[in-house]
Amino acid sequence: MTAETTLGLSPQGATDVSAAPSPSLELEHLAKLYREMLLIRRVEEESARGYAQGKIGGFLHLYIGQEAVAVGALAALRPDDYVMTTYRDHGIAIAKGMPPGVLLAELYGKATGCSKGLGGSMHMFDKEHHMLGGYGIVGSHIPLAAGVAFASKYREDGRVTLCFFGEGAVSIGAFHEGVSLAALWKLPIVFICENNEYAMGTPLSRSMSVEDVSLKALGYGMDRDRFFADDVLEVEHRIGEAVKRAREQSTPTLVEVRTYRFRGHSMSDPAKYRTPAELEEHKSRDPLHRARARLTAQGFGDAKIDAIDRSVEAEIADAVKFAETSPEPGVGVLEETTYSGPFAY
Amino acid sequence: MPRTLRFREALREAMIEEMERDARVFLMGEEVGHYQGAYKVSEGMLEKFGAKRVIDTPIAEAGFAGVGIGAAMVGLRPIVEFMTWNFSAVAFDQILNHAAKLRQMSGGQLECPVVFRGPNASARQVGSQHSHAMEHFYAHVPGLKVVAPAFPADAKGLLKTAVRDDNPVLVMESETLYAVKGDVPEGDGVVPLGSAQIVRPGKDVTVVAYSRMTHVALDAAAVLEKEGISAEVVDLRSLRPLDEGTLVASVERTHRMVVVHEGWPYGGVGAEIVDRVQRLAFDALDSPILRVTTLDVPMPYSANLEEACIPQTGRVVEAVRRVTSRGRA
Repeated sequence: MTAETTLGLSPQGATDVSAAPSPSLELEHLAKLYREMLLIRRVEEESARGYAQGKIGGFLHLYIGQEAVAVGALAALRPDDYVMTTYRDHGIAIAKGMPPGVLLAELYGKATGCSKGLGGSMHMFDKEHHMLGGYGIVGSHIPLAAGVAFASKYREDGRVTLCFFGEGAVSIGAFHEGVSLAALWKLPIVFICENNEYAMGTPLSRSMSVEDVSLKALGYGMDRDRFFADDVLEVEHRIGEAVKRAREQSTPTLVEVRTYRFRGHSMSDPAKYRTPAELEEHKSRDPLHRARARLTAQGFGDAKIDAIDRSVEAEIADAVKFAETSPEPGVGVLEETTYSGPFAY
Repeated sequence: MPRTLRFREALREAMIEEMERDARVFLMGEEVGHYQGAYKVSEGMLEKFGAKRVIDTPIAEAGFAGVGIGAAMVGLRPIVEFMTWNFSAVAFDQILNHAAKLRQMSGGQLECPVVFRGPNASARQVGSQHSHAMEHFYAHVPGLKVVAPAFPADAKGLLKTAVRDDNPVLVMESETLYAVKGDVPEGDGVVPLGSAQIVRPGKDVTVVAYSRMTHVALDAAAVLEKEGISAEVVDLRSLRPLDEGTLVASVERTHRMVVVHEGWPYGGVGAEIVDRVQRLAFDALDSPILRVTTLDVPMPYSANLEEACIPQTGRVVEAVRRVTSRGRA
């Protein structure tokens, strides 16, 4: 891929799979990714339910429809690689290994949540799994992610950082400063723009003079890629190429992944700025259903697929129970989480 | 054996010693390397440590402040230089929303051992956009620590402590102090955060100051001595945490207090000190506490107007006269 030619959107099937694993191994792998996507979808549905019941407060931004981005991209990583993202962070946290119960407990504001109930929906952190957080100020975490990648290069630890953000972040200064520094210093990072077509309620056409986000890479002399996230394996493969460049050559890539959220921007958004027909068109390309259909069509076996579905339901039931029955945090947590060591007053 | 060093040399010595001691420490900022530092604080450091650890950045404060914070959250210990703290305004989001909150948002999983440093407050006739006393904004924020040394020994000792602290620490220097000389002890010479120092004992009034205003307070104390007023000068050194114990003990001896700082009077460090001292030592006070601050206007360029805005010795002397009933309080 060169930075000079304009990339068309290549939805699927453009991948050279001559080096692909055997069909059965690939199906097992797809089944694993299907399970992760289903787990995310079900976590999000339970989040929406908890929100409607008043058990979850604040802002809640659901990842439903975008699961293939998180699951595909993170499948291309080593376990010790770093990930950071925006406030739409549940899917990425789960894909990086955060147990659903810990995530739901955080949403419920419980002491057993990943951030002890101090972070909430927008701030999912899991140091053990190198999930370095969801951030609530659009684009503001992009320089931070460059700093994490800077540390990897400084220490020569061979890790890659994935930095996710929406296309709404591309208009803010922090995006440009972070990407510019990563390109200047050749940092091992992949910037993944999850372009879900709407910055809150504003469509691409009204928020950017050039709708191809990946073109921003040209000005910084970075590699770029651009594709649809309908197929989770395609996402894994394409992000994998960028991860390989980052790990082996220590160069950054800007990847625009076209996706779509099936819900509104947040729970308070009925998404009246788009037509039912548009939504239905995207739902017909649902990456979760697509993966399931492919498993069926390629003979993975209905019994095995059903078993996956049942195991996810059991995991979700346990997670909800864990969140519901966990204790609330005490005020004693406040000072010790503000400063390391004595409180500075 | 103490040696005499300039303020900038003491800061440089702190950075060099900490970088020699700990490979995780590096310096990053505009013109810190090839240019040898806009104010020559980092002179010679690029040659000594190489471009991997003395890193010139583009003019992108939000970007490189964020890089410093990101590197700190995974275990490095960056020193990020702002050419002046005025320019930190464009990185305010990074400091406010990330450096100060990573530990809290992660439920205590992450630490952010980053140091931000650079010259702060007025210089000489650099106008409204380059004269901000930014410490008031930052000391307001839980999760941050803020120090403001007045002497070379404290500049070195506080910077070294800042580098070793597991929290974000902001070091407020002053362009007008960089050439000031002072004794600096041999060896580590670390100074704990949250520890004020009585730099001139006295019995009639406590004058509280920090950074360059400590020198103004000492000048005022010399003038007042000739009038028979014995002023105790407390150099805060650290603004957050604040050494209220030293302040209270001093005012319990002197029963009067004047707080001197650059920056506007509305809110700020001076108002914080007044609140604490009146709460903690109400019975000891014989007079309201007065503040001497920069006037409540953007900094003007013209030399006479700038002088009128920034606290000068005469205004400190006048405030002390008022609280000691030599004038009207």
